[in-house]
Amino acid sequence: MSDRRNFLKGVVAASGAAVAAAALPTPAEARETKQRPPEALGLLYDAALCVGCKACVAACKQANDNPPEFSTPDQLWDTPLDTSGRTFNLIKMYRSGTMETKDAAENGYAFMKTSCMHCADPSCVSACPVSAMTKDPKTGIVEYNADACIGCRYCVAACPFGIPKYQYDSPTGKIGKCELCRHRYKDGHYSACAEVCPTGATLYGKTSDLLAEAKRRLALKPGTVATFPRGNISGGPDQSYENVVGNYIQHVYGEKEYGGTQVLKLSAVPFEKMGMPNLPPEAAAAHSESIQHMLYGGLVMPLAVLGAMTYVAKRNIKPEDDDQQGGH
Amino acid sequence: MAANHHAPAPVGGNLFNAATFICGVLIAIMLAILAVRFVHGLGAVTNLNDGYPWGIWVVVDVVIGSAFACGGFSVAMLVYIFNKGQYHPLVRPALLASLFGYTLAGVGVIFDLGRWWNFWHIFAPGYANPNSVMFEVAVCISAYIVVMWLEFSPAFFEKWGMKDAKQKLNKVLFFLVALGTVLPMMHQSSLGTLIVVMGVQINPLWQTNLIPLLFLLTAIVIGYGVVLFESCVAASAYRRKIETHLLEPMAKVMLGMLAVFLIVRFGDLLVRGALGHAFKGNVVALAFWVEMLCFIAPFALIASAESRRSPQKLFLAGVAIMLGGIFMRLNAFLIGYDTGVGVDTGWRYFPSVPELMVTIGMFALEVLGYIIITRRFPVLPREDVQVAH
Repeated sequence: MSDRRNFLKGVVAASGAAVAAAALPTPAEARETKQRPPEALGLLYDAALCVGCKACVAACKQANDNPPEFSTPDQLWDTPLDTSGRTFNLIKMYRSGTMETKDAAENGYAFMKTSCMHCADPSCVSACPVSAMTKDPKTGIVEYNADACIGCRYCVAACPFGIPKYQYDSPTGKIGKCELCRHRYKDGHYSACAEVCPTGATLYGKTSDLLAEAKRRLALKPGTVATFPRGNISGGPDQSYENVVGNYIQHVYGEKEYGGTQVLKLSAVPFEKMGMPNLPPEAAAAHSESIQHMLYGGLVMPLAVLGAMTYVAKRNIKPEDDDQQGGH
Repeated sequence: MAANHHAPAPVGGNLFNAATFICGVLIAIMLAILAVRFVHGLGAVTNLNDGYPWGIWVVVDVVIGSAFACGGFSVAMLVYIFNKGQYHPLVRPALLASLFGYTLAGVGVIFDLGRWWNFWHIFAPGYANPNSVMFEVAVCISAYIVVMWLEFSPAFFEKWGMKDAKQKLNKVLFFLVALGTVLPMMHQSSLGTLIVVMGVQINPLWQTNLIPLLFLLTAIVIGYGVVLFESCVAASAYRRKIETHLLEPMAKVMLGMLAVFLIVRFGDLLVRGALGHAFKGNVVALAFWVEMLCFIAPFALIASAESRRSPQKLFLAGVAIMLGGIFMRLNAFLIGYDTGVGVDTGWRYFPSVPELMVTIGMFALEVLGYIIITRRFPVLPREDVQVAH
């Protein structure tokens, strides 16, 4: 009888604990998707302005002291096919059919910049177990610290843009990604890609300014002539010039994706065709941390379950009997 | 309750035989490959790439390996929490297998860490990121490894005649048992939560907020499945009597847990409207159904009490559960993982031969350790027919 009662007690305690340990996060405790800091820095990439000269790719290599990577047999110059642990910025090309018209989805071609989006709520930062990936609270730049990194590559797996990349060819491989040239700020420089861009297709500045500029462009009449800034929109000399307004898709990529990104993009070809994933407004990091905080916040749940288990185990284990193996 | 079981005793016998020799060779091959890996980097021996940054060293050695090592947790919970003392003879063998599984999963992580010399950062307050699911997994698994060695230490104390130490440990055993129940609950569920931050890159068949519960339930079921498997293998390898009178009711408990899992699994898919992905006629959908068939198969195999007394059927049911666990974890982490959400194409991953040899070498190390310890230390129940020493 008492055995059965104990058993039932055990069942109740253990089932309660198991359910509690794995219960769903309730909305009240859910961690909201984070927003960009007000002074967030970023880039605006305008695919319609890009001429595919790849000056930004070369400048990025130079600014980050990265070696060339080859994809052709003759190995004459830097020809990476994707970003890598040593290529942080790349211009990729969209091709369709006869490739007659620039920025046409059918029988056309277009360019797209691939580099870190500096998410408002980055998956890589949430994933990193050792705070090697961090988001600067003021600039919002997603920064990498190789001295902290354990090389687990959870950030690589987590990023929906496929941005953090690892150096598999080295016994001391690091993660490589764009950090918006933060190491060049003290010399009065800003992101090298934006510094060298001849058409202003890559523009540097505060994300708030860049977002306003992006919306200004979307409101312009396609085919007309308008003024476009170059370099740094939030300071520095005026380098603006006149160019033809592109036939934009009415969407600022990065305004809302995953809670927003600090790098924004405009394009005339649908973003998914250009390699930019269709992402919900809630960040995956918010889902993940909601579950973690719900289960482990203040260690309340684990300690409660541990208490219940200790109580049940204490009742069921009689140490003096153990020489007879459990004493049953 | 009648004392119808016997105290554990060493199996005895020669440590040098064909099985241990093969294990030794496989371990030597693994060590050679690991030497290359540490001198030349992960790329020199693995097929890892930036589309698939995690390969079998993570998914098989750690995620699947630790789930397979849940026998100790599942049986200890049955014996000490649900107070089913009759299963006591199963505790030590199950705990031993768990001990090896987890310890080697913990060691195996180091091989996969690109910057392994920094691994201690995960426990250091200045570095540790409590928001990270991996932080929780790492801390919890490390703690559990320590707890399991303590739980298992009476086997060593008995062998070396350390009565005082054993008695002291017995006084706190209840707390170790409680910790040994809570810690696996925490990290086995978190191993599933690892994929949540990967967001839309994971197929909706596996990307759900319930994934921690699904991983926890399957870990418990796999724990029982592994005990079925190991009991049958150990009985056949050591020519011992199979403990059918224990395995039969335990298999029933396992089926119950499995039924709960299947209800939660399909309920979740229906509520989220994700079941459509299972009928898409692609590799991912096929992998989902293979996973499901493995989890459903035990109901066909051992539904009746009579069939649960058949060692062959118990063995097959154990294997089916283990395969289901393998597929669920491979699916969630690799097969259902689409780098760059369908717009960043061209990434492929299949483990290289050296990569496979390391995983096989780790398994050989577990088998070798199991053989040595069961032959020399009191783990398996004493057999009247075959007296040790």
